Amino acid sequence: MQNSDDGTHWKRTTRLMLVHLFIWFFFGYVIHMFVNVLNQFTIPVLKFPLGFYMAAQGSLIVFVVMLFVFAWQQDRIDRDHGVAEDD
Amino acid sequence: MATQTASERADFMRSLGRMYGLYTGGFLGFIVLLAVLEQVGVPNRVLGYFFVFFTLAVYGVIGIAMRTAQVSEYYVAGRRVPAFYNGMATGADWMSAASFVGMAGSLFLLGYDGLAWVLGWTGGFVLVSILVGPYLRKFGAYTVPDFMAFRYGGNFARFLAVIVLVCCSFTYVTAQIFGTGIIAARFLGMQFEIAVFAGLVGILLCAMLGGMRAVTWTQIAQYIVLIVAYLVPIVILSTKKYGIPVPELTYGQAIQEIAAREQEMLRTGLAVLCTPADCGPTTLKPHLQPFMNYTPLNFFGIIFCMMVGTASLPHILMRYFTTPSVREARVSVGWSLLFIFLLYFSAPAYAAFSKLEVYTNIIGRDITQLRPWLFTWGELGLIKVCGKDAINLDAAIAACKAIANHPGVLRFQDFNINTDVIVLSTPEIAGLPYVISGLVAAGGLAAALSTADGLLLAIANALSHDVYYNMIQPLRAARQWLVGAIIAVVVAALILWLGAVPGPFGVEWRWWSLLGLGGLVAVVTPLMAKAGEVERRLIMARALLLLVAVCSAALASTRPSDILAMVGWAFSLAMAGNFPAIVLGIWWKRATTSGAIWGMIAGWGICLFYLVTTRYFPQMGITHFGMTSLLNPETGKPLVDIAKVMADPQWMNQWPALASNPLANRVGWFDLNNINCGLLGMPLGFLVMIVVSLLSKEPPKEMQALVDEIRKPRGRTVLEEKA
Repeated sequence: MQNSDDGTHWKRTTRLMLVHLFIWFFFGYVIHMFVNVLNQFTIPVLKFPLGFYMAAQGSLIVFVVMLFVFAWQQDRIDRDHGVAEDD
Repeated sequence: MATQTASERADFMRSLGRMYGLYTGGFLGFIVLLAVLEQVGVPNRVLGYFFVFFTLAVYGVIGIAMRTAQVSEYYVAGRRVPAFYNGMATGADWMSAASFVGMAGSLFLLGYDGLAWVLGWTGGFVLVSILVGPYLRKFGAYTVPDFMAFRYGGNFARFLAVIVLVCCSFTYVTAQIFGTGIIAARFLGMQFEIAVFAGLVGILLCAMLGGMRAVTWTQIAQYIVLIVAYLVPIVILSTKKYGIPVPELTYGQAIQEIAAREQEMLRTGLAVLCTPADCGPTTLKPHLQPFMNYTPLNFFGIIFCMMVGTASLPHILMRYFTTPSVREARVSVGWSLLFIFLLYFSAPAYAAFSKLEVYTNIIGRDITQLRPWLFTWGELGLIKVCGKDAINLDAAIAACKAIANHPGVLRFQDFNINTDVIVLSTPEIAGLPYVISGLVAAGGLAAALSTADGLLLAIANALSHDVYYNMIQPLRAARQWLVGAIIAVVVAALILWLGAVPGPFGVEWRWWSLLGLGGLVAVVTPLMAKAGEVERRLIMARALLLLVAVCSAALASTRPSDILAMVGWAFSLAMAGNFPAIVLGIWWKRATTSGAIWGMIAGWGICLFYLVTTRYFPQMGITHFGMTSLLNPETGKPLVDIAKVMADPQWMNQWPALASNPLANRVGWFDLNNINCGLLGMPLGFLVMIVVSLLSKEPPKEMQALVDEIRKPRGRTVLEEKA
């Protein structure tokens, strides 16, 4: 266990925040800027155009998964630095 | 609670599981029972009453059983709501009448562009979790203004935060009570004004007695009702049509069929395509084609404002104050979004199925062959055929005959459906039994009530905890009376001004409200005199809750027209006022009091200014502030001919502009829709806050140490440490 006051806990937390913000920005905005390109592909069997699907379901699924992964990652950082709550 | 042991928590989870499992089973059994009753010939109206009153009674019973006289129970449900259940409660808190009733309708109307709302109302939870929620939980506030007051030393920041909170929550709650009124009027045949009143009683039963504690456990029950009600009709529809009970997978097929049918309609002259040369309101905009209703700027603007607004809305943030730990607060955000996702990823399926139905079975049909369900909605003015309300078959035929060269079959431009009808009418369109319609009504009601509960609680908590307890009570007695009197006069004046609308039993709302206010003062004053300090606080909280609720019901009775826009405004206002101050307060130790105050004033001010000017004083926006007409996304031409409208004194001299004014909501800067005013406010707020902070003196060492404390989950909340 490291000393919790040397600032590394917050540095790691900040880095995690930036990584997740980047993923959020990519799936919230960037990917939908290319909707017309993506719509040229169709998902087999389900028949959704890909661009439409990403806005209607794809990005949403990414957000949900992201939140659980984030909760787990942040908890691990807290535990590594001894600032997590007792179970 | 911190003192809870692991085994106690496990027991608590198990008993909660048992209780809500039993409740869900009971609810499903109740649906089956009503289905049987329908088969033996019980009339539809009676089934509707059963649905609405049974569910209302359950919420009321939970509310009464959970009543409380403890401050921490009243404000934060004792901080022991497990992550999973808090997720469900947040889901119900979040999904309002706009989501349940309006979302699928907007997707029907806007096609791909409507997905901006779906994305915006889900992605924001990522920001809640990584930037804001868990840190506010560690701080240990009762309300969002609590945090502002603490971090930005003093009551001025608290006061600004209260104003932001009341403004955005009040706009939002009015839309909910309005939605309650529509549903009750349609399914119970009540008079609209009385229906609004009945909805209000349902809301108050829960929130008044038990505060956050009662609202939490009621919202979980409401979530179960609303999600069952939303999914059942389309699951049946999907099974009927494609043989697979997962509409979210099968509607891709429906979308392809819509696209094919659109081409066919264009070929046979049943519709005219929207093109860059001409794109009027009656032209067909293909379902899959992006950016025909919103320009890319406004499309991404809506996504951004709704997302950041999510992370700034006090009634959502305060839900994460109720978890037992910071860790659970984070997990809880995940559960919240999962439960919300269940509804949001089904909404496009609703839109696709009903659009396909309308395109294949209504458009292109001989006018004399229209199906009868149309007319029940036409009577309410929600479906128009050939430009007139479709009251009955004869009226529809007559309306179309009046149009020159009408071919006798219904064309795309002849049919107009109010977006709120889509979800509520899907069971009828699909020919499902009435019990399903009743179920959908109960679900819509649950969505509206649960959100209204959360919002009213947020407002009342801010007024009682922040304004009364933290700002007025510490004053000397004489000052208290003065402040109290000023507030009473302002409230009474507002009621007199706003309440000139018809209320129940033919009496205007302002007289109902004044009667209520007088009664309230008469009851509360002697109680307050006797009560101890803690009791006083809770009496005040309840009295204010009642007052706010009645005011918003009165405003809802004026039938403000567009629910989606009102909700959008609430998000933008919250985002411009709260987001910079909260986020920098946690993530930047250098943020100072004066920085936050000026940032809030500038950001929120510009947002409010843009909103009010474009909506109510567009003429002034044009003459004094260089605003121009918004553009049509497809043709790039102005939506209104400003010179022509400005020449007409009828519109020019209308202060404030009514919704029917051609300029209202159609002017602005940079072609920016006023729903997106947060896009102006938030960046300005950040900029001003950072600049002023850097110019002012660094916050004291103790404050910086406390910010460090907020960043570490371990230990007691910061407020407990200080106390």
